[in-house]
Amino acid sequence: MKITKEEVLHVAHLARLDIDDADVDRFAGQIGTILDYVDTLKQVDTTGVAATSHAITLTNAFREDEQKSHLDPEASLANAPEKDDGAFVVPKVI
Amino acid sequence: MDGKVGAYLTVDAEGALIQAEAADQRLANGDAMPLTGIPLGIKDLLCTRGLRTTCASKILENFVPPYDATVITRLKDADTVIVGKLNMDEFAMGSTTEHSGFQVTRNPWNPDRIPGGSSGGAAAAVAADMCLGALGSDTGGSIRQPASHCGVVGIKPTYGRVSRFGLVAFASSLDQIGPLGKTVADCAIMLDAIAGHDPKDSTSVPEPVPVFSDIAGDGLTDVVVGIPSEYRSAQGLDPQVGAAVERAVKTIESLGARCIDVSLPHTDHAVAAYYVIAPSEASSNLARYDGVKYGFRDKAQTDLLQMYRSTRSKGFGPEVQRRIILGTYALSAGYYDAYYGKASQIRTLIKNDFQTAFASCDAIVSPVAPTPAYRIGETLDDPLTMYLSDIFTLSANLAGIPGISVPCGFSEDGLPIGLQVMARHFNEPILFKIARQFEQAANIKDKKPLL
Repeated sequence: MKITKEEVLHVAHLARLDIDDADVDRFAGQIGTILDYVDTLKQVDTTGVAATSHAITLTNAFREDEQKSHLDPEASLANAPEKDDGAFVVPKVI
Repeated sequence: MDGKVGAYLTVDAEGALIQAEAADQRLANGDAMPLTGIPLGIKDLLCTRGLRTTCASKILENFVPPYDATVITRLKDADTVIVGKLNMDEFAMGSTTEHSGFQVTRNPWNPDRIPGGSSGGAAAAVAADMCLGALGSDTGGSIRQPASHCGVVGIKPTYGRVSRFGLVAFASSLDQIGPLGKTVADCAIMLDAIAGHDPKDSTSVPEPVPVFSDIAGDGLTDVVVGIPSEYRSAQGLDPQVGAAVERAVKTIESLGARCIDVSLPHTDHAVAAYYVIAPSEASSNLARYDGVKYGFRDKAQTDLLQMYRSTRSKGFGPEVQRRIILGTYALSAGYYDAYYGKASQIRTLIKNDFQTAFASCDAIVSPVAPTPAYRIGETLDDPLTMYLSDIFTLSANLAGIPGISVPCGFSEDGLPIGLQVMARHFNEPILFKIARQFEQAANIKDKKPLL
């Protein structure tokens, strides 16, 4: 298998996903098949080829540094699952 | 009608009537614009102020954006009527619209078939007369392929031609917004309304924007069309699709164009490169859904880390989780060079292939999808087969070039088949010119699905 169950669980942890046991096997199988296919890229000689991260290269999209209005706090918080006194509430960390 | 198709996730009856009344007023005053009062549907990943925007994901089920995407602002400025929000594959990840977190959308030409995806709701709504046009997004073919499967026209503009501000990001270096419509001219009018530089999107390009709806109509005698030899022999190409495209090439030749063979030698590697790059970008973009600022939160969890994990696993569907894992793996320590680095180099080679081809032709024609629309359920547990069906469309996203899908025929089962035309960066006008003249010569745009 191209990707082991342990690797799937490790990557899922990095990506903050909870994968249950039945799904680990399924994901490992499916992702393994995809990675086998992706490995065909190794056939291509890319020595000295520059990488492309954007098809249209723009440099320095500058704008004037002007003061502008932003969303008001109420609108910014409107979709929060939990909020209090103008702030997002999260489970206790410390 | 939508009970049979399932295209809309949200219908904004109240808002649409208010916009329609304003449009009536303008019409009565005699100062109407080209899109005044035209009812349009919007793929549910474009933020609409005050109107629920879900990306067809449970994680955004109740998300009501506090602002409009730039394209929505521009459509409102153009006096359109926004009817509602259209179904899609969750976060635009999929080619069938079956990966929606909420509902299946059926192909208006045959309810047992998928409408294509990810803009499947958009294509189905246009085909079934539930709007006159729609906005979709295209990361690997998500406008062109559903347009092809539903017998409508769809264009992916050049990367950077249309502002992505307010588009919920999937793969930011590939995503582009574009219109779907009943005719080539309709798409050109919609693109006129939404194209142009936007300071709010630093990747939108400050290039002059032509009037796309001024479509040249004087034959194709000055046009050279390239046909990639690799596409003719592509694995999995349905003979009916191949034959329809060959007939379309003959029609284009009969309009005066000179057709030549061109080569895109790295075609075979496009799917693999894409399915490294797109999930990598997605895994990063989707990190923002953490149950804190907006969207779903698993409130039963009292530990922060477990809240993140549980929220994301309950909120995202399987295809999205699959791509997040794939992308995170490809970017993780020890694998980055072999996967993301390598794929980004292949992307350069694919881009160069097009550059070389466009030195000898003005446009490239190809199929849009290798087969007519799949049966519902056919690829649901076989992601690689679904991915491989993007072979003809995703190269344009990797290279950033524009592509249009225009109906060119039907399968024996009566399913629509589309023709793709691609051109150099910023040369959408040649796409409209070729597609419009082909559309008129092929004379199939008045054929309607029997629902």
